[in-house]
Amino acid sequence: MKNHVYDYRQFVLAGIALVIVLCYIIRLAFLQLSDEEYKSRADNNAFFNNVIFPARGVIYDRNGELLVYNQPAYDIMVIMRDVHNLDTLDFCRTIDISKKQFDDRMALIKDKNKNPGYSTYTQQLFMPQISAEEYGVLQEKLFRFHGFFIRERTIRRYATDHCAHILGDVAEVSQKEVDEDEYYAPGDYIGKQGVERSYERELRGVKGVQILLRDARGRIQGHYRNGALDRKPVPGKNLTLSIDAKLQALGERLMEGKMGAIVAIEPKTGEILCMVSAPSYDPHRMEGKQRGMQMLEMQRDPMKPMLNRAIAGTYPPGSTFKTSQGLTFLQEGIITSSTAYPCYRGFVTKGMRVGCHGHGSPLPLIPAIATSCNGYFCWGLYHMLNNRTKYKNIQEALTTWKDYMVSMGFGYKLGVDLPGEARGMIPNADYYDRRLGQWNALGVISIAIGQGEVTLTPLQIANLGATIANRGYYITPHIVKAVEGGKIADSLLVKHTTKVDTMYYNMVAEGMRKAVLGGTCRSANTSMYEVCGKTGTAQNRGKDHSAFMGFAPKNNPKIAIAVYVENGGFGATFGVPIGALMMEQFINGKLSPASEAKATSFQNRHIDYGTRER
Amino acid sequence: MEQERDNKGIFLSIDWVTILLYVILIVWGWFSVCGACYDFNHPDLFSWETNSGKQIVWGGTSLVLATVLMLIEKRFYDTAAYVIYGAMMILLAVTIVIAPDTKGSRSWLPIGGGQKIQPAEFAKFAVALALGKLMDEYGFSIRKTKDIGKAIAMILLPMILIIAQKETGSALVYFAFFLMLYREGMTGSLLFSGFACVVYFVVGMKYSQDYITDMPVSIGEFTVLLLAMIFTISMVWIYCHNLLAVKIMAITCAGGTLLAMLFSIFVIPFDVCYVMLGLCLLMIGYIIVLAIYTRLIRYGLIALFAIVSTAFYYMTDTLFQRLDDHQRIRIEVLLGMKDDPRGAGYNVNQAKIAIGSGGLLGKGFLNGTQTKLRYVPEQHTDFIFCTVGEEEGFVGSAGVLIVYLLFIWRLIAVAERQTDRMGRVYGYCVLSIFLFHLFINVGMVLGLTPVIGIPLPFFSYGGSSLWGFTLLLFIFLRMDAERNLKKR
Repeated sequence: MKNHVYDYRQFVLAGIALVIVLCYIIRLAFLQLSDEEYKSRADNNAFFNNVIFPARGVIYDRNGELLVYNQPAYDIMVIMRDVHNLDTLDFCRTIDISKKQFDDRMALIKDKNKNPGYSTYTQQLFMPQISAEEYGVLQEKLFRFHGFFIRERTIRRYATDHCAHILGDVAEVSQKEVDEDEYYAPGDYIGKQGVERSYERELRGVKGVQILLRDARGRIQGHYRNGALDRKPVPGKNLTLSIDAKLQALGERLMEGKMGAIVAIEPKTGEILCMVSAPSYDPHRMEGKQRGMQMLEMQRDPMKPMLNRAIAGTYPPGSTFKTSQGLTFLQEGIITSSTAYPCYRGFVTKGMRVGCHGHGSPLPLIPAIATSCNGYFCWGLYHMLNNRTKYKNIQEALTTWKDYMVSMGFGYKLGVDLPGEARGMIPNADYYDRRLGQWNALGVISIAIGQGEVTLTPLQIANLGATIANRGYYITPHIVKAVEGGKIADSLLVKHTTKVDTMYYNMVAEGMRKAVLGGTCRSANTSMYEVCGKTGTAQNRGKDHSAFMGFAPKNNPKIAIAVYVENGGFGATFGVPIGALMMEQFINGKLSPASEAKATSFQNRHIDYGTRER
Repeated sequence: MEQERDNKGIFLSIDWVTILLYVILIVWGWFSVCGACYDFNHPDLFSWETNSGKQIVWGGTSLVLATVLMLIEKRFYDTAAYVIYGAMMILLAVTIVIAPDTKGSRSWLPIGGGQKIQPAEFAKFAVALALGKLMDEYGFSIRKTKDIGKAIAMILLPMILIIAQKETGSALVYFAFFLMLYREGMTGSLLFSGFACVVYFVVGMKYSQDYITDMPVSIGEFTVLLLAMIFTISMVWIYCHNLLAVKIMAITCAGGTLLAMLFSIFVIPFDVCYVMLGLCLLMIGYIIVLAIYTRLIRYGLIALFAIVSTAFYYMTDTLFQRLDDHQRIRIEVLLGMKDDPRGAGYNVNQAKIAIGSGGLLGKGFLNGTQTKLRYVPEQHTDFIFCTVGEEEGFVGSAGVLIVYLLFIWRLIAVAERQTDRMGRVYGYCVLSIFLFHLFINVGMVLGLTPVIGIPLPFFSYGGSSLWGFTLLLFIFLRMDAERNLKKR
């Protein structure tokens, strides 16, 4: 009965079973043991990271006055895959847009070129920042618009009409910023200008995340591991600026209808008390979704209101620069306190003439500063550059000169904690070798009086004032006084000592005091405190720029200031009176009625700049 | 008195090893169903509301069913085999008409209480019994065309009925019976030919558009023709033992192909397949001459095999283009010719992700994300193996496969010790069905075999399949338990 011929076939069948199971086990090993890709794909499949945005830090002025805060806003988000049976017309009516706007926006979201991260599965920003009222209307109908939902965000609000350049603004991150910092995802906000940008890391906080489980249809099924891996958002740190909001407001008021800048520094600490750049703009213009339009408008404005002239504008410092020259000549032994140079309405030698106004001659240093004598400083530089006992050639002499200038904070960025600082220009020997080939002292003599190739930012001029006020050192000027729960960067608290001794600074300070008492800055004189000052009248292609640099009180100074009014004429015309009002406001905390009247009159004195592009 | 002794003897003769493996698989399967059906909102595993709760009921009733089956004597099946078969065929036919449409298939009969059964799951044991009975008949010889014809007809009838129910997957399971026929003496060349066809098809289709470097030679065509030569020559060697003919053909084919290759590489590139086709025709002609000369039917059959093999590539290509779009895409995706993760390949792709993410030790019981969040469709039925892979990792899934292998080996051993042909035929039917299910189901989840919707025995959720497999198995175990009675 048994068919033994085929008994071997039981082993064939057993072998087939073995081969199948072995093949499958090998396949399993490939899938499960060698390939990590499946794991990450599984995670992408199943985990939905719900980002919770932290509140951005708010910003106060030095006296605790609130400048910037947050307000809730609502973004309309869409997940394309979930959009079905949408009553487009009803939807458009609800959020008050046209059918065309809706179609355009949808097309833009789907355009992979303009929206590289597009996927039908992920949330896309349909419309940012609708107001609470609009949200209220939409919320009632939202259940009907499948695929659309609301993401709560906060937008920046400004409690002040001033400080636009300092505060800066926030806006959606660019693709470049997303690529550079993995913290950001498209649609996030980032500081674009001002402290919003330079303190972005402190202000932004840390995003929180809820790890949710999502099924194959994108529906949320609950928290992964009951939220054990969720992270709470860490709110951003609040900033306290060193700015005095009242001083800033006055500065902006005084600069109305003018171009230029005012920078005031507390000499002991390097804290910037005010930083006015004119023309300015109302920071409210950068709020919410109107920002793009407003930006465009301001970028087209020939007056360039977006430019922060206080740190990004480079100007010839004019006579304010003479103080730095006197210091250099004294330290290098070119002059002493009693060295007098002649000036017969200017510096005249070998067919070269630099004009000057009428005053006694010859003069030593202190009266030369007080009267702002061009001849004195031209002679000083002339003698320095031609001193062949001290320097073996003119290049070495100029290099020495340049080193002094750099030690005073010129020629390089000061390192202020704001984006967009310019470095100005201090020429060196190499520069003249390249540009002029053969050159001599007379050819470059105008740098002694802050003209020619020399340019400084208003911040550097103010910092010069602070250095003289401190009699020989400065702290890196900075605009943030304190970061909540932390401290400001050490680099902002570095004490920089110049190459000039304190005793020479005392002489220069004396000269600046004399300028106020009986020289070019007479109108800054007051009985309330001892003001030291130096005017500047910088020649340029148009009308002269009006500049003032000063500090007060002379001993134990509280404020150092630079005022720069483009095409304002003599330093005494705009620079000195504006500087005086600013110092009074800061030292006294208010203006006297007479000063108030003067302030109003200066507020209304506008300069006609025409419409040419600058 | 004698009856009592019989029962005692039967109890002692029950194959407890198989039952142990059966219980291991059912319990393991239940845990997998828990993993696959776990709902974050309904975490109660034992509630009747959940599939895991229901599966406990199916498992429990299966044990009752198993006990009842152990009480039914083999004699009953011996007398009733054809009746059962006939009744089942009628049920299958009736189902086509009365079953409601469920996702396009008409194979589920409602039995009240919202529950449904699938007669196709139960037809297998009827066919197995009838085949056992048929082949146990005196004088049955598998080498007689009439007898094998009866057996094959018996297999094809339910297949046709089930295909009519639009359950092609379940119908394909009946091919498993050919494994049993092979064991019972059906010529192995038939089985081998089937295997060869599959290989030709897969290789030919998958690589038809790939070319050997620098030569206008389709890899698919080249490989199929080469395999046709090798298979044919091997068959001449194995079945006809004509070493001279083997040497002549091997040298001619290998030499000709090699020369053509060298010519193509170093002189003028041309399609080597033309030469190979010529060699094949030459080979076929030679075998036909041998057939006529020796008058052995084997040569004729081998020649037929060679002709089909040679023509296969060209036939499938034409045939392939005639398939329905969705069928063609399914095959293309399976062969890796099309990458379409959201479309036809979605199931398989998600299944691979689920399994691949399990790693060595898996994510732990109820911790799988892919299967639980329904990324894998049919995860608790046809794709249940994903859950094993994801939650229990390589260790767990390889473990399941090994337990299955032991189970099938044990069934082979048990089948081999049957004292009559009916028992052995039935036993081989049972184990062939298990092997086929394992092969197709796990293969499909791993992306190795086509997506055919058939369950993994004892693991896939569902009462019908669990009862069906229990029925199959325990009838056999009862037959086996009686083996010692006969001897007395």
